[in-house]
Amino acid sequence: MKRKSDQYWKSNIKIVSSLLVIWFIASFGFGIVFSESLDQIKIGGFKLGFWFAQQGSIYVFVLIIFLYVWLMKRLDKKLSQEEDK
Amino acid sequence: MTTQLLTYIFVGVSFALYIGIALWSKAQSTNDFYVAGKGVHPVANGMATAADWMSAASFLSMAGLIAFLGKDGSVYLMGWTGGYVLLALLLAPYLRKFGKFTVPDFIGERYYSKTARKLAVICLIFISFTYIAGQMRGVGIVFSRFLEVDINTGVIIGMAIVFFYAVLGGMKGITYTQVAQYCVLIFAYLVPAIFISILMTGNPIPQIGFGSTMVDSDIYLLDKLDQVTKDLGFTAYTENVKSNIDIFCITAALMFGTAGLPHVIVRFFTVPNVGAARQSAGYALIFIALLYTTAPAVSAFARMNLIDSIQDQPYSTSPSWFKNWEEIGLIAWQDKNMDGKIQYSAGNALEDIKPKYTNNRGDSGERAVENNPNPSNGNEIYIDRDIIVLANPEIAQLPGWVIALVAAGGLAAALSTAAGLLLVISSSISHDLLKKTYMPNITERKELKYARIAAAVAIGIAGIFGIYPPAFVAQVVAFAFGLAAATFFPALFLGIFYKRLNKEGAIAGMLCGLIFTASYIIYFKFINPEINNADYWFFGISPEGIGAIGMILNFSLALVISSLTNPPPKEVLSMVDEIRQP
Repeated sequence: MKRKSDQYWKSNIKIVSSLLVIWFIASFGFGIVFSESLDQIKIGGFKLGFWFAQQGSIYVFVLIIFLYVWLMKRLDKKLSQEEDK
Repeated sequence: MTTQLLTYIFVGVSFALYIGIALWSKAQSTNDFYVAGKGVHPVANGMATAADWMSAASFLSMAGLIAFLGKDGSVYLMGWTGGYVLLALLLAPYLRKFGKFTVPDFIGERYYSKTARKLAVICLIFISFTYIAGQMRGVGIVFSRFLEVDINTGVIIGMAIVFFYAVLGGMKGITYTQVAQYCVLIFAYLVPAIFISILMTGNPIPQIGFGSTMVDSDIYLLDKLDQVTKDLGFTAYTENVKSNIDIFCITAALMFGTAGLPHVIVRFFTVPNVGAARQSAGYALIFIALLYTTAPAVSAFARMNLIDSIQDQPYSTSPSWFKNWEEIGLIAWQDKNMDGKIQYSAGNALEDIKPKYTNNRGDSGERAVENNPNPSNGNEIYIDRDIIVLANPEIAQLPGWVIALVAAGGLAAALSTAAGLLLVISSSISHDLLKKTYMPNITERKELKYARIAAAVAIGIAGIFGIYPPAFVAQVVAFAFGLAAATFFPALFLGIFYKRLNKEGAIAGMLCGLIFTASYIIYFKFINPEINNADYWFFGISPEGIGAIGMILNFSLALVISSLTNPPPKEVLSMVDEIRQP
């Protein structure tokens, strides 16, 4: 039992940290640090760096949370199945 | 029907709706009052969280702020949405599992200390009152401009409404009114944005219209805006003025601050289980993103429209919205070159920035000001940024009902946030200070009564802030986020993810974050405001962004002190194990 919950916690940390890497890249990376270089690329009327800073990062945030909900649901299911065994 | 009559009808109907909901959802127990009986559906909680979160500042001020800041304004967009990722992934599910009533509750029990609990209550009250003052100003502005009542009367009406549903319904009443308020505010935000997007770009979706070409031309809106702003002496709209390190720190302080705000966290205590808390954070962010991705489009449209409609216009034929806002004191014009026309360009038009009106009229009929003109530039107008969203429908010449709708939406945004804040203040007093610290023997009925009294007193104080707004309101917004980032976020995060953190570490960390951040802001905002610029800042970080550094100090000190003192007791360790399980 103890081992299973440790396992669960480890997988949880892995999910959370990889999602936070995406979070960081989309906002601090594309929206701030590399924003000016991305501005060289244009999509429609948007410079790409500007688009990430004012639009794109927010869409990515929403996707991250729903990805998290889905991954955790799967993980919770796995845990409860193992407990039933 | 006149716009004013329509406004009365819209505001009246929405208020009646809020009162009806309050009567329907009266709180019966402390469980109802603090956390709405923990039975709120994740989608409903998502809407309530969005309304709770989107304040008068988001609804009224943000688009205006971005319109004038251009790309620098992105800090608010990323900061105030990115925090939800942290909240969803790092805090909300675990705090829901913990399953108590308030944020100081968690800190008090996780760090087995009444001192930690009291420190948390002090931070919470400070953060929440700072925030409320801004909401009451928002209520006052809407009332005075659109209903033409005195600002004080407006504040009192707003207080009475909040009093009714917060004191009666507690969290339960607030939750369901916030759901209604979200619907009102988002509708009120999107309708004018869609209209203006169609007018300017022919595309009904503002998020896309923003990156499209202007109607009847093949020039992109943003390119045109860059050109126009540069011609007037500003930095191009889509380029940064602030340094990257400052933008980085401000964004971080706003994100971590958002995740640490007690009135937002407590919303996740109201859903039935951990899975629902995770989902609910996702829904909340969708509902918030709807407004936050529209706002920058509104900003760009508004800046463009504003310049088009007043530049080089003779004052005598200037649009009526210009004169209306001038009467309220949020616009001023000083004809520097005496040509009778309005010229707008970079720089502050007046010395001392804010206009001081005299009772006289100028040569063109404008309200004269006694400020000396600022000789260093040719800019002739002062515009308060808070008016952009409210004035936008008028500037774009939209029909009267749209203007009335925006007024009702602004009130919904201000009232929903004020109610959420009042609730966390009252529950931290009745639950954390009285029940858990000073009066452990009171019954649940008594506790509920104290919660209601505390809510009533807090509303009174908030109202006084609204009627006599402290001059420092604008300056202290940085406080709320900076302090939440520098105190609550590390204590909550480490409490869940680092078992070894003990009470000595947590208290030292919170105190250090609090003192460092508060002194930095007070030093630059109040003691030496004249040297509040990048040359004097610590590594070029403005007071708005300093919370990020305060947070790092909190983390480091908490970890060092913890490793030098005794580990936390066994019960606490098993409590942490417990909240880590779904």
